[in-house]
Amino acid sequence: MGAELVHAVRGVSIDVAEGEYMAIVGPSGCGKSTLLNLLGGIDRPNTGSVSIRGARVDQMRDGELTRFRLQHLGFVFQRFYLMPALSALENIELPMAEAGVKKAERRDRARSLLAYVGLAAREGHRPAELSGGEQQRVAIARALANRPALLLADEPTGELDAATGAEMIGLLGRLNQDGTTIVVVTHDEDLARAARRVVHMRDGEIVDDRTREDAS
Amino acid sequence: MLLTLAWAALTRHRARTLLAILGVAVSAAMLLDMVMLSSGMRESFRNLLLSRGYQIRLAPKGTLPFDTDATIAGAAELRRALAADPDIVAVSPVLGGQLRIVARGRPITAVAIGNDAAVQGDYEVVRGRAAIARNEIVVSDEVLHDTGASLGDTVEAAGGYDAQLRDVTGRRALVIVGVAHFLYMAAGQRAVALPLATLQEAAGDRSRDRVSVFMVKARQGADVEAARRRIDSRFPSVTAISIATAMQQVDERLSYFRQLAFILGAVSLAVGFLLVTTLVTVSVNERLGEIVVMRAIGVARVRVVLQIVLEGVVIMLLGAVLGLALGLVTARYLNSILASFPGLPAAIDFFLFEPGDAWFALAMLTTAGILASVYPSWRGASRPIAATLREEAP
Repeated sequence: MGAELVHAVRGVSIDVAEGEYMAIVGPSGCGKSTLLNLLGGIDRPNTGSVSIRGARVDQMRDGELTRFRLQHLGFVFQRFYLMPALSALENIELPMAEAGVKKAERRDRARSLLAYVGLAAREGHRPAELSGGEQQRVAIARALANRPALLLADEPTGELDAATGAEMIGLLGRLNQDGTTIVVVTHDEDLARAARRVVHMRDGEIVDDRTREDAS
Repeated sequence: MLLTLAWAALTRHRARTLLAILGVAVSAAMLLDMVMLSSGMRESFRNLLLSRGYQIRLAPKGTLPFDTDATIAGAAELRRALAADPDIVAVSPVLGGQLRIVARGRPITAVAIGNDAAVQGDYEVVRGRAAIARNEIVVSDEVLHDTGASLGDTVEAAGGYDAQLRDVTGRRALVIVGVAHFLYMAAGQRAVALPLATLQEAAGDRSRDRVSVFMVKARQGADVEAARRRIDSRFPSVTAISIATAMQQVDERLSYFRQLAFILGAVSLAVGFLLVTTLVTVSVNERLGEIVVMRAIGVARVRVVLQIVLEGVVIMLLGAVLGLALGLVTARYLNSILASFPGLPAAIDFFLFEPGDAWFALAMLTTAGILASVYPSWRGASRPIAATLREEAP
């Protein structure tokens, strides 16, 4: 018995411009999360290349890639994945602490990020004391902590009810307007509609790639 | 922040962490006891031999001090010759024997030490004073207790036995002038000390001008080993034993104790190691999602490992501190049981606490804690991020 090679993503070529807001959509198992993981350097392609701002992510060694993710990328996950032992403020501080930002500076920035996502009053709360929507806001603030070049979000509204999901869509839109480049993977049609560019995938391939302007 | 995360991981399952700490504490206590046992007897024997500053013992040729009933003849002449050595500052002759003592009508038998009060190194006076005059005697508490005598009482003592007459010989009246703690006696042993000449006389012709042992104190700064060799070659009737050579003999006799302690100590360390490995492995497996997300957001693998290793080290350290206290209590208890070991001086401790032992046990446990945590933490922190997140997804 040998391991069968499955191509989760095949023949995909995609460019993401600075300031872009892109949604990757498609049925389950079409390879959209894998594409996001490749972009984020948490998965490696067997063939092909991934470059971010001219840096070959696919060729970086593990330590170099970790540092790159810390300094240039922000991640938002469907299940939030906040550190349960840390308060909202400390969760946001975590990537900054890792990047060597001084305590006073990182505390100031964490507070302003919490205010940005509308949770200034909840800084001392642990994740278990926050609602799903609030946890996802903290996760977004954590992703923005080191001023990333690219924010990658995998089903950011997947665990949220419709109303909270709508708030999240609004927040991501505001982030993009403020200059953050965003790539989201989603099944949420509202979220996909909010993006300025939508990439459709099927069976590991891009079958459609159009901007809002193209669609109209 | 790493400390906060490590501490939080430990307090997340308090009962489990507490049980692990208790497990490590038991293992640490046993390790400490074994370390104490491996060196305790040796060190306490050494301390005992050195307690009165005598570095060399002279026993009849080919024997160890008080190992046989053999005695050294020509004791007075030998003492003078030894005292003439410029490297020797004190010579204490000691004759061992038995005395039958009768006080207030109650006869008992006691170990008797004949020595010179001015240079004696066999007992410490607890009450009264040393026996100086020929009709004086110093006794242990056990003798007082068993005879019902008191300090100042006169007792009848006899050192020999005439088989034909079926009666004791060498009877004499002695005044109890002191109560003493006898350094080399076993617990509960009846012991008395009296001037050397008195005991020689009481024991009869067979002990005339004889001693069992000479204890020799070398001048400060003198080469003790050289002095021992000189005595050994100059006086063919004696074997000179320095502390170093005595310790060599003790080491040979106690080697099985050390092997036993080493094996049991290694087993306790292995138990502690496995406990921590198990706990850390379970803990890592429970929060793989958190761990790979930390890696995804850019926390270096080594820092993730460090955080998890810290958890193992905290368990080991808390367990070790608790185990230190537990080990001291159990060592004390075991020591009290073993103190009644027949023939061993009461001053000998099987478990002798020395700060170095505690530091050694602590260092071993900390190292074991680090090693026990490194593998599961490295394994957890090296999981492929994307694949693990997929597995963790509901």
